[in-house]
This record gives sequence, structure tokens and C-alpha cells, in this order.
Amino acid sequence: MLLELDNISLAYGRIQALHGISLTVGQGEIVALIGANGAGKSTTMRAISGLRPVSQGSIKFDGKDITRLRADLRVVRGVSQSPEGRGIFPGMSVRENLEMGAYTRRVRAEIDEDLERVFGLFPRMKEREKQSGGTLSGGEQQMLAVGRALMSRPKLLLLDEPSMGLAPMLIQQIFDIIVEINQQGTTILLVEQNAQQALSRAHRAYVLETGRIVKAGTGAELLHDPAVKDAYLGVA
Amino acid sequence: MSDTAVAPAKEKATFRENGGVRGWFGRQPAWVRWAVMLLFAVLAFLLPYAGDIPVIGPQITTEGIDWPSALFNMSYYVLLALGLNVVVGYAGLLDLGYVGFFAIGAYGTALLTSPDSVLYSHTGWAWLGAAPVALAATMLAGLILGYPTLRLRGDYLAIVTLGFAEIIRIVATNTTTFRGDRGFTNVPHPPGSSGGKPIFGVTDATPYFWLGLVVIILVIFGVRNLDRSRVGRSWLAIREDEEAAEIMGVRTTKFKLWAFSVGAFIGGLGGVLFAGEQGFINSSTFVLQFSILVLAGVVMGGSGNMAGAILGGALISYIPDRLRGISLGGTDLYEYRFAMFGAVIIAIMIVRPQGLIPSRRRAMELKDREKEVAPL
Repeated sequence: MLLELDNISLAYGRIQALHGISLTVGQGEIVALIGANGAGKSTTMRAISGLRPVSQGSIKFDGKDITRLRADLRVVRGVSQSPEGRGIFPGMSVRENLEMGAYTRRVRAEIDEDLERVFGLFPRMKEREKQSGGTLSGGEQQMLAVGRALMSRPKLLLLDEPSMGLAPMLIQQIFDIIVEINQQGTTILLVEQNAQQALSRAHRAYVLETGRIVKAGTGAELLHDPAVKDAYLGVA
Repeated sequence: MSDTAVAPAKEKATFRENGGVRGWFGRQPAWVRWAVMLLFAVLAFLLPYAGDIPVIGPQITTEGIDWPSALFNMSYYVLLALGLNVVVGYAGLLDLGYVGFFAIGAYGTALLTSPDSVLYSHTGWAWLGAAPVALAATMLAGLILGYPTLRLRGDYLAIVTLGFAEIIRIVATNTTTFRGDRGFTNVPHPPGSSGGKPIFGVTDATPYFWLGLVVIILVIFGVRNLDRSRVGRSWLAIREDEEAAEIMGVRTTKFKLWAFSVGAFIGGLGGVLFAGEQGFINSSTFVLQFSILVLAGVVMGGSGNMAGAILGGALISYIPDRLRGISLGGTDLYEYRFAMFGAVIIAIMIVRPQGLIPSRRRAMELKDREKEVAPL
């Protein structure tokens, strides 16, 4: 297993956000985490990337315990996140944003190689190379955030709501790219409210409700699960 | 009757569209840029003689305070603005207690050198010997303030830093070691003599101004190098989005401490120079107004841009000094300096909210933040 969360709990002050979550992500998989607003999806991501300390449980990545490891060192180990709400740097150009993604890396030739790769995945980014991140449209910012996360050459890519606020056409496109990135060899953990898309693209998925995992299975299984259908897919 | 196709009018971009003065400057070859900067430096060094320029000279120089002293005041304000610009403009940490570092620099110097100090032995330290110790103390103070406030942002950080500066002032006022209002006398001047007379005397402030300029130029180069390095890039990322920076692998705590201690160091430099020129310091110099004034200078000039910080720093010192000694209907305009100052700042913030010489990145960030606020 590339990533193993074992009985993770996390609290914001007195508010308990996660109640003992356990999940795994295997090498080469796309795993989706679906659930309603406030279920704890983004919090789980923050625990994995190290933005919030966990109060209980352990996180193992690539065979090593990273529960107490600093966020910046997790990036070095190969965890990369595209944050919710995109979180791009508005005053930096597209290229500077992408270079920021390669912050932990030193070999110039490899960074240039990855820049080309990202420009290949998102030709629009190449067109906007010199434009400030803040001037991009929502969809472009999302592409930039994903591209930037790829620039650290991660083993595990964490995508937090990549389809948020995007037009249906763009949602299709971004999920196509996610699958492409996965086929190129990057493991992906995906948080989504768009359960239909997430479940149909993921190998496996977990359903999160109020800080607990209530269901797990393959994407196809959950897609046809009556309870999931009822709650998240909007069909009875 | 000509059948030549109307050639599409080649749009000639205006000067402004090409980035204005800054765009022009950026396109020049390196030697032109260096020459322009050198020209500015030379002009700055000639400022003490500005009064000799016919007609406009007397309009520039101050009346109620001798011109070299006014220039020296400007030099340490510029220094402070440059330092605060690192903390506020580059790293985006709102520091309202910047005067604290200025105070530590000045007090560090006075404690080691003044005969009034408890540390004074018969020989006493020279100003130059005390300077590095005082600067080390300010950097340490920067870390001491920075460490516990690492997790604070925006307004919260502002309040804590404000408290920090007030603690320093109150301790200085109320302890015998720091001598409160009585202060420290006979702080030695910088070393050096020419023709048997000391260069840094008590009558003419010109050499102090030149010394200040030299320090400013060194600081400009130091900060510029930092800004263009990995440190500067990390500050920029932290300022624009601290969480995103962390996800990129920026060790945010380390670089925030860097910003605090670099800022403190520069503020301390101002204090060391100030103590060396005045020869006397007491606790009533280091009031809250001072921090606010310097911050106003940075914001007015253009936060995040060194040229802006320099201009802003110079103006906050120059405007009040220029008003000194001008009386209108029997009252000295100097008395109204803060009122006029407030009016000027309000005017600038209305006309140019991003500052006189804005940082392009900051302008973009402001716009981005507006977008977030707009739906409310």
C-alpha cells in the first residue's frame, strides 16, 4: 500500500472533524472519497498533506510512518496536493506558479521536462504562460492547480474537489486528464462532491459521513449501491 | 481610387501600455540600468547642497530644522521603511510594533557605550564596537517576537506586535537600567577624523546623512539579493497563500522567522545610526506613532516594492520637517503635521490605493482578494 490511514482522528478546537478514519490507497490506483459538505473530506486531505496535526491514529506513506512529519517534508517524500478552492498564487505568472510546484526539486533539466509534460496535458497553460494566476478563469485556475501539484513529481497526488465550480464540459475534461495522469503512473486520491464522475472514474471509493467512513468498495459497486444512489447521485 | 487594401492600422502601443517608466527601465540593457541607479545615488549624495540650487533650492530645503538634519532624519526613516517592507511587503506579516527593533538597536548601542549605563566601565565601548552587538540583539529580538507569533495572521499578529513594541517602551520607561525619560547621554559618535577634526561632529549632520546613505545602499543590495533568491520566492508564496506555500514544500515557519529577523536587523541599523547621531536617547522617542508612521510610509509608497518603500519612508520624514517653521496666522504648521499628514495619506489612498510606486504582484493580489469579498 502506498498510503495507509489507520484510525485517524482530528479536531478543530473542540469540534471533532474526523472520528477514526481508516483507508488505504494502493500503488497506481485512483481512489475517490465522496461525501456531503462538512463530512470531513477536505480535513482528511489536510491530515494527509500535513496541514493539520492529527490527534490520534497513524499515517503511513510508502512504508514509512509520516504521522508527525512536517508538511514540507511530506512533499519531499512524494505527497502533493491540489488544494480546495484552487489556492493558486494570484500575483505569480502561470509559469512561476508551476515553478513553485517544483520548489523542493533541484535538477533543472528534470523540472523543464515536467514543465513540458504539464504544458502537454494543459495546452491552455502554455498559452497563458506569462499571465498572472489571478487573471485566469476558474477552469484555468483548476488546471493550473493540478499542473502545479504535478510539478513536484509526486508518488501520490491529492486532488481536492477538482471539479468545483466548473462547467459540465470542463468537468468531463478535467476528469479525462486525471485518468491520463493516473495512466502515466501517478497514484491519485480524489475528493469529490460530483459523485457520479468520481465513482465512474475511480478504481475504489470510500463514502464519508460526519467524520466516519460508512461505505467502501469499487467505484462500480458504489455507483450501483442503492443507498449511495439515493444520497449522492440524485436518483432513486 | 487606389485599390490597395487598407493596411490594418498598426496599433502603436502607448508608453503606458508598454509598462510605463518601469517597462522602459526593464527593457534597457544592464549598463543603462546601472547608470540610472548610479545617477540616483550620486544625486542622493548631493542632496545636502540642494539649497544652493537657484530659485527652487530654497523651496526644497526645510526652514524650521537645518537641512542636513532633515536629510539624516529621512535616511533613517527610509532605512526603517526598507526593513518594514521586508516584513509587511514581502512576507505579508502585518507588524505594528516595528519601532521596537529601532528601540533595541538604539538602546543596545547606548547601554554599551554611554557613561550613564550600568554596563559602562572606565573605557566604554566605541560606537562601531557596540553596533554589531546591538544588531545581534535586535535579530534575536526578531526571533523572540517571531517564534510565538508564527501561527498568528493578519489582525492578530498586528495586535501582538503592537504589544511587543509597547512592552519595550514601558520597560525602558520604568526600569532604572534603561533610565526612562532621563535617558542615556554621551553616546559616542561614529569614528573617523580628517584634518585633526572628527568627521562625525555635533554641528553638521551631513556626514551622518552620507553614512545613512551608504547603509541604505548596502541594505538595498542585500534585500534585492534576498528577494531574488529562494528566500524571496518563499516569502512571496507565503504572502500570497500561506497554506498553498506549505503544500508546495515551503517551510513556512523558517521563512517567516527569516523575514522577522531580517526586518529586525534593518530596523536595528536605523536605531544604531540614530543613537550615534543624536548622542542621546530616551524612552519617549520610541512611541507607537513611530511604528504607525513607518507603516504608513510603506503602504503609501507601495508595499512590496523597494523603490516605493524608499519614497514613502522619505516622505513621512520630509513632509513634517518641511512644515516646520512655516507659520500661518500665527500658528506653526508643524503643529498640524499629523492632520495634514492624514489628509495626504487619505488622498493618496483614494487616488492610488496600491501606493505611489506599486508592486505589480501586490496589485494583482489585492484584486484577487476583492473577488473573494465581492459576493458579500
